[in-house]
Amino acid sequence: MKAARQHTPVVSYDVAKLRAEFPILARSVHGKKLVYLDSAASAQKPRAVIDCERQVYEEEYANVHRGPHFLSEWASDRFEAARATVRKFLNAADAREIIFTRNATESINLVAATWGRRFLKAGDEVVLSEMEHHSNIVPWQMLRDAIGIEIKVAPITDDGELSLDGFDRLLGPRTKLVAITHVSNVLGTVVPVAEVIRRAHAAGAKVLIDGCQAVMHRAVDVRALGCDFYAFSGHKLYGPSGIGVLYGRSELLEAMPPYMGGGGMISSVSFAHTEYAGIPQRFEAGTPAIAQAIALAPAIEFVLELGFEAIQAHERDLIAYATQRLSAIDGLTIHGTAPGKDGVVSFTLGHAHAHDIATILDRAGIAIRAGHHCAMPLMHRLGVAATARASFGLYNTRVEVDALAEGIEAVRRIFA
Amino acid sequence: MQDDLRDLYQEVILDHGRRPRNLRAIADASASAQGHNPLCGDQIKVYLTLGPGDVVEDASFEGKGCAISVASASLMTELVRGRTLADIERLFGGLHHRCTGQGEAPSEAGIEDAMEKLDVLSGVREFPVRVKCATLAWHTLQAALAGRAKVSTE
Ligand SMILES: Cc1ncc(COP(=O)(O)O)c(C=O)c1O
Repeated sequence: MKAARQHTPVVSYDVAKLRAEFPILARSVHGKKLVYLDSAASAQKPRAVIDCERQVYEEEYANVHRGPHFLSEWASDRFEAARATVRKFLNAADAREIIFTRNATESINLVAATWGRRFLKAGDEVVLSEMEHHSNIVPWQMLRDAIGIEIKVAPITDDGELSLDGFDRLLGPRTKLVAITHVSNVLGTVVPVAEVIRRAHAAGAKVLIDGCQAVMHRAVDVRALGCDFYAFSGHKLYGPSGIGVLYGRSELLEAMPPYMGGGGMISSVSFAHTEYAGIPQRFEAGTPAIAQAIALAPAIEFVLELGFEAIQAHERDLIAYATQRLSAIDGLTIHGTAPGKDGVVSFTLGHAHAHDIATILDRAGIAIRAGHHCAMPLMHRLGVAATARASFGLYNTRVEVDALAEGIEAVRRIFA
Repeated sequence: MQDDLRDLYQEVILDHGRRPRNLRAIADASASAQGHNPLCGDQIKVYLTLGPGDVVEDASFEGKGCAISVASASLMTELVRGRTLADIERLFGGLHHRCTGQGEAPSEAGIEDAMEKLDVLSGVREFPVRVKCATLAWHTLQAALAGRAKVSTE
């Protein structure tokens, strides 16, 4: 028999010490101590990231891959070292498989506009799921309108899990791509992406995973998963805004045409003809987000140092506690009850609209998100116009969950 | 509750939010339009029946939304009835002024009672992101009237 699974005790997780690393958490809002429960929209930044970005500008800054001078070479090295850190983070085979973009949205659009335009044709099918973010819907609709692909939508169950049977039924000879989220930004559902990829590959389709809501909560190994493309944004991973990542398998990237044309993505240009650069530069036209890419590395190192086992144990405890506290509130419905959720708890409360809930909580210093969360088709599936969403990061505490529950009780009293 | 929240969620607002007036479709409306708040996904539809001299005979709405947008829509359907389009324009101006504190307050001559009823929405001023909620129904009403004008000129 296997030994009992090693479990990092939650007590060894010094959340107070961690919080001290995030300067913004010390501030107050409307005269109340900030309770930041909106990390799924964007996470706060540790000092290591802030300091790194400042240091780049104060001591290390120049354009990359251009100037034959000390600082340019230095900045280029740092930029490429950040790429290597992302490679290690995703366990990609080669740093050339890591493309820097502005955000996950751009990463997905890049795949649709290059791989999609080159390798898909009218009648080919792209399978999405009912719980996609607009970022993983609209680029495929634009491609549909441009070249006539068809979009199929895999259903979810009432608990908010992907229906694997429903998914299977959509796979067929015309399925060329499955583009699906790793973790739902509304429901917190963790999609069994390894299984999805296995089935999609068996049907001859490629797979793009939208990892926006996954990379801050769980270790991702793109080779173990076998995915073809993986996209995420730095700002949700405690890193800077303005920097995103697209991982693509090198065989696929090599065959893809450029995304945008310009400097940095060519090997030679004449007015008659341009030779494109190899990967990843072919997809990185123009001056990139230099300081942001470099400062993504300390964000990644921060979570790796803490370790996903510890982060997950802490966050799982918060989700379980929040679920328990919130379900005890009269009239409150939690949307998304799949087991093993990551990061978010979405809810509605009787007649109180999500916006009113958020406004009232905000006055108590509690930041949550309210609305359709850029997932309007999912709102339709849930039969609601909007939900309120509390999301949790590695720095949140049970005390903050208590504040949330008390805040919601106050809302309930107003709208009772 | 804090004062600014109490001003926002006044009893009148909560009451309109809970029991919206004129929450129904008008089958033979002279004008209607769909309004949408892309921020929160709220959607409402506004219906109007116009009588002689472009006086509003009936107004109603359908849809879901936050307490502020529903209360504002409900209140609007009450306030615009029996009014001319010019008066409605002034009421919208008065609402906008109350919610934002910006621009010039329009003349209230002859519609003082209706203008005063809009005071319940002035708590929105402390909540800039909610101004769109308070004005959604009114913008939709404007769109309905604009659409009607286009149709009638064809
Ligand atoms: C699941 C998911 N996909 C895509 C995105 C888009 O991320 P970004 O706006 O950083 O491109 C988000 C962020 O809101 C998300 O949660």
